[in-house]
Amino acid sequence: MSATEKFDVVVVGSGFGGAITAYHLAAGGASVLVLERGPWLTGEDFDHDFKLGSSYTRIFDFTVGDGMSVLAGNCVGGGSVVYFATMPRAPGFVFERHGSIGRRMWPASIDRAALDPWYDLVSEALPVTRQDWRDVPYAGGLFAAACAHAGRTANPVPSAIDKPKCTNCNWMMAGCKFDAKRSLLLNYLPAAVAHGAEIRPLHEVQRLSRTGDGDYLVHYNVVDDTDYRLSGPGGTVEAKLVVLAAGAGATPVILQRSEAELGAMPHAVGRYFSGNGERLNTAVINDERAREVLGLDRGDGQAYGAHQIGKGPCVATWDKLDPTLPEYSRFSLEQLYFPPGLGTILAQAPGATGPTWFGREKKDMLREWQSWLTVFAMTEDDNEGVFGPPPATGNAERIAQQMLGRGALSYQPTDNTRRGWAQSDADVKDILERDGIARVMPWSNDLVGAYTVHPLSSCRIGDDPRTSALDDRHELRGHPGIFVTDGSAVPGALTVNPALTIAALAERAVPGLVRAAQRRGVKVTYGAPSPSAAPAEAVAGRG
Amino acid sequence: MHDRPVDPVPTQTLEAFADTIIPGVKRFPGDRAISGVAAEDGAVAAGALAVLADPALGLADALNGMAGMLNMHAGDYARKHVVRLDPTVPAFVALSFDERTALVQELTDPSHPEREVWFGAALFCTMAFDSAPHMSTKDALAQGHPGLALIGFATPEPDGLWRFPRFSYERALADPHPDTTSTGSPA
Repeated sequence: MSATEKFDVVVVGSGFGGAITAYHLAAGGASVLVLERGPWLTGEDFDHDFKLGSSYTRIFDFTVGDGMSVLAGNCVGGGSVVYFATMPRAPGFVFERHGSIGRRMWPASIDRAALDPWYDLVSEALPVTRQDWRDVPYAGGLFAAACAHAGRTANPVPSAIDKPKCTNCNWMMAGCKFDAKRSLLLNYLPAAVAHGAEIRPLHEVQRLSRTGDGDYLVHYNVVDDTDYRLSGPGGTVEAKLVVLAAGAGATPVILQRSEAELGAMPHAVGRYFSGNGERLNTAVINDERAREVLGLDRGDGQAYGAHQIGKGPCVATWDKLDPTLPEYSRFSLEQLYFPPGLGTILAQAPGATGPTWFGREKKDMLREWQSWLTVFAMTEDDNEGVFGPPPATGNAERIAQQMLGRGALSYQPTDNTRRGWAQSDADVKDILERDGIARVMPWSNDLVGAYTVHPLSSCRIGDDPRTSALDDRHELRGHPGIFVTDGSAVPGALTVNPALTIAALAERAVPGLVRAAQRRGVKVTYGAPSPSAAPAEAVAGRG
Repeated sequence: MHDRPVDPVPTQTLEAFADTIIPGVKRFPGDRAISGVAAEDGAVAAGALAVLADPALGLADALNGMAGMLNMHAGDYARKHVVRLDPTVPAFVALSFDERTALVQELTDPSHPEREVWFGAALFCTMAFDSAPHMSTKDALAQGHPGLALIGFATPEPDGLWRFPRFSYERALADPHPDTTSTGSPA
């Protein structure tokens, strides 16, 4: 048996929280190992295909819980490989939220102004660019027109998409074949590798323990490359510093499993989970009315009929992001796209007299699929989610070879959250059912409970040790040398898409990580240039 | 594909379940599994059984058991609602379309202890219909897969990839929020 490998830093997870910290620490001179449980795919590996075993099932996880299902990336690059690259900054009032803890949830040191320089850094690195109306696909344009007709404002949303390269194919959740979507495979990750960081895919971290001299031992399994249900002990790696960035659905589970050996975890580990207050509605557009009422014309005989065309969310309405409104009543609405397969099952047929999500009337609704418009609401939920005892390995008991699993997250929405959902549902109806433009129904919450593509807050920063797991430098309370930089660190729902905020927080955490590493004897400095200077081609890993 | 012989009881039972989720046309006169309430092909014709049995989903070994449970539930339903079942077909197959529908609604109700199983099965039947996950999408479209055809899924370009060169109305259709910042974000 060979001696345990040693690195200065082990990073768990290669999404935004892991890639950004891995880059800066490697560029600063530390030896960095990134352990990623998913496979390593790049452009040529991404498929335009719904066949099981194609990229969309290889890189994507759907974890069913009790009252909440979490959709997340499962690959090198994490959420950035499957995301829609919609990158707004969080509105100022979000940082003043109290939730149900009776005090500011965010640390006093962070507000929008404090985060703006970090938002700037990430925006330069990916890069994030504004969308012009000429970039906005039909679905976004229709949503904008309906908003205007209802007296609302609507904005093209900034995104991390190289617009000239984008084909508007809407296959984003399978990974971008054209390298138009700016995932981490195109900037921070190749830059980290260029500076000596090592990335190991199909390496799933289970738990941490301590060595005799106060360093950490990271215990990982190796996962089968096709059947993720098959995993076996891989080994351990020693590190002076551990950065956990496995995502809000997985980071707390690793810490729960580590408690026996590391000692008591802060109360907030695996608590206060937020699904970003998310909610979906499907509108079935009446093409004639879209033409007559909104004046829309594709120039080929149809007013719309373009559900399939686009690049995810492109237009949002921010009228309810109003700081004068009470907490829990603020939200943004965005036009969105989910593909067939997972994206239609929960849609309910408007006006159905029989079952709404299956049967004859659902089939009739599917017949009009190209006239669907999906609207996404991000409301203020109440951090209701709690993780139960962890499964034997990983963060879920895997059911299918890929994608589907059952996790230990339990979520029961409070009246605050339900009210926010009811208000956002009513707003979507008000916008889209005017003058017969469409018929609207929310996705069913009865079948899998609530769902989120933006899991947050399950190991959050804060100033109050009773309700936060991390201090404002992202260090785990009571466990020096363990940092958390993923979506679990975000204190609460953001009312907008979270990726840019998660990334900005990770950038902000880096100087503190560097100082902590230095104190633990690591030779590392801070000050690497933005990885936008990195080669444009994605680095591929094999093996 | 399978080495084992195809057992008609579970096959018919699962076909009847799939037909309840997305109904289709009878395949032949006397087709008992498909109720025949629809004018076009449904989940069965779209390949629901192939999807349920796909090794990728990990359900293949559980299907016979699932069919048995479904028939047991159908028997309970018939007793409770005083419905006489034709004994020559599996109990779930003997139910009418409306009775099958009512039973599926019960089995997928939030309060039902087996809800996850039956919702999962319904999900895979719907997926079979609108995304044909048991075959390449390009091939499915070329072969006229009934679900992809019904939803009007566009065909790819000759290289098998999707691109939509015309994708925008190309004009401003709303006013932006007055507090939009210089980077295009909310304030």
